[in-house]
Formats: sequence, C-alpha cells, structure tokens
Amino acid sequence: MIEGISIYEILTLTSILFFIGVYGFFTRENLITILMSIELILNAAAVNFVIINTYLFPDFLQGAIFSIFIIALAAAETALAIAIIINLYKLVTSVEVRDTETMKH
Amino acid sequence: MERILFYIFAVLIVIFAVASVSSRKILRAVIYLLIVLTAVSGLYFLIDYNFLAAIQLTVYGGGVIVLIIFSVLLVHHVELELEITPLKTKIIAAALVVAGLSITLWAILTYPFNTANNYKSIEVDVIGEKLLSYGEGGFILPFEVISVLLFAIMVGAIVIAKGKKLGIKTGEKLE
Repeated sequence: MIEGISIYEILTLTSILFFIGVYGFFTRENLITILMSIELILNAAAVNFVIINTYLFPDFLQGAIFSIFIIALAAAETALAIAIIINLYKLVTSVEVRDTETMKH
Repeated sequence: MERILFYIFAVLIVIFAVASVSSRKILRAVIYLLIVLTAVSGLYFLIDYNFLAAIQLTVYGGGVIVLIIFSVLLVHHVELELEITPLKTKIIAAALVVAGLSITLWAILTYPFNTANNYKSIEVDVIGEKLLSYGEGGFILPFEVISVLLFAIMVGAIVIAKGKKLGIKTGEKLE
C-alpha cells in the first residue's frame, strides 16, 4: 500500500496505461511497434494484479505471484514474436502489417 | 513524500507511454518504452514489492528492451521514419479508446472497494515458499507449466529464427 494514495488513483493510472497501449495497437502499422503496445497492455495488467492484491486482500498472495507469471509470459511471447518477425523479414523483407500475408496462400 | 513520488511516476508513465505509441522514429519509441517500464518498476518499489520490481528491471529493462532494440537494428534503417497513420484511423482509434477508458473509469470510480487495513509488505522468502509448495494454496502447478512453456518457447524460437525446414532430408531451404 502506498502512503496517502487510494486504490482509485492507481487503478485510474493503470487504466490510462492500458488504453494508451490499445491506441498504439490500433494505429501502428509496424509489427515491432505493435509488439511494444502489447508490452504496455501487459504491464498495466500486471500492476493491476499487484495493486488489487495488496490493497484488498493482503493476506493472500495470488495476485503477487501471478504477476510474476505474467512477466514470464510476456518475456517468452516477445522472444517468440521477434523470432517470427526476423524470419518474416527474411521472407518478404518487410515488417509492415499489410505486407505480411505469406500464410494466406 | 510517497505521494509526490507516485505522482512523478504517474506523469512519467503517461507522458512516455503516449510518446512511445506516437513517435515516428522507432528507436526513440523503444527508449520511451524503456522509461515507462522503469517507472512501473518504481511503482512496484513504492508498493513495497521489491522482488517484482527487480524482476521488472531485469526482465523488461534488461531482456525485452534489448531484444526489441536488436530486432529494430536488424530490420530497419536507424534513421527510418515510420509511415504516418491516416488521420481517419487515428480519430476512430482515439474515439474508441476514449469511450473504453471512460466506461472503465466510471466502473472503477463508482465501485466501493473495501480496502483492507492489515497491510504487510511482500517478502521474497514467502514468495519462494509459495511457488514451490504443493500443499494448500501452493503454486507448484503453474510454476511447472511456466517452466515447460519457457522450454517450448526456447526450442520454438530457435527453430523459427533458423528459418530452415527441419526434418527434410534433402536440406532444401525456404525461398
């Protein structure tokens, strides 16, 4: 718990962070920047897990532990996505969303 | 003091998150993302969850950002500017995001949360015991699932980034 800060202020901050990530996901047209927007979204979710754990249920540790799992999943997903992006760049020499249609044929 | 620190982190997070999704220079966008991730780890320090703050700094600030920077340097020219998104797309996306944000904020701000008073900081030894305990309230199963997943991701990333069809005896490469 942060001294003098209520749960509403932190949840407002994480909602804003989440929707900034959603905005980036909508407007970006490059695979790497879309991946960065997903990182923002996952971070907002992880902060929410910890906040709700410490403010509402301090006797349990579910949120605190699952935020560790979220970070592990995000790192794994980034590694795999970047492997796919680099492989795709070898195939079509572009990482723009509209050029990546090799799986469609 | 903690209040001031929280607001400093909040302003940093919002400003640099917006800069990160709207900057046209891709390498700068990555650095803005790094600042956002570091400020989020500052939030974890404020909540007194030091272990997760250290994990955030090492995994995100050390691992993910380096991976993204490497892929940017491999794939793009450094000075390349991203294409400008059409204004119509931006407006539609902004309208959707503002609508979603207002609904979420309305739901959050009208809900009466029962904040608990018996606060204690989250210690590393408790986390470690919970992660490996198979008794009541233990987390050994998700822990094992994550370890299997990390192994699968490792093999998958190596196979995919290699870019060659494995298991074909003729050794032909993908065009």
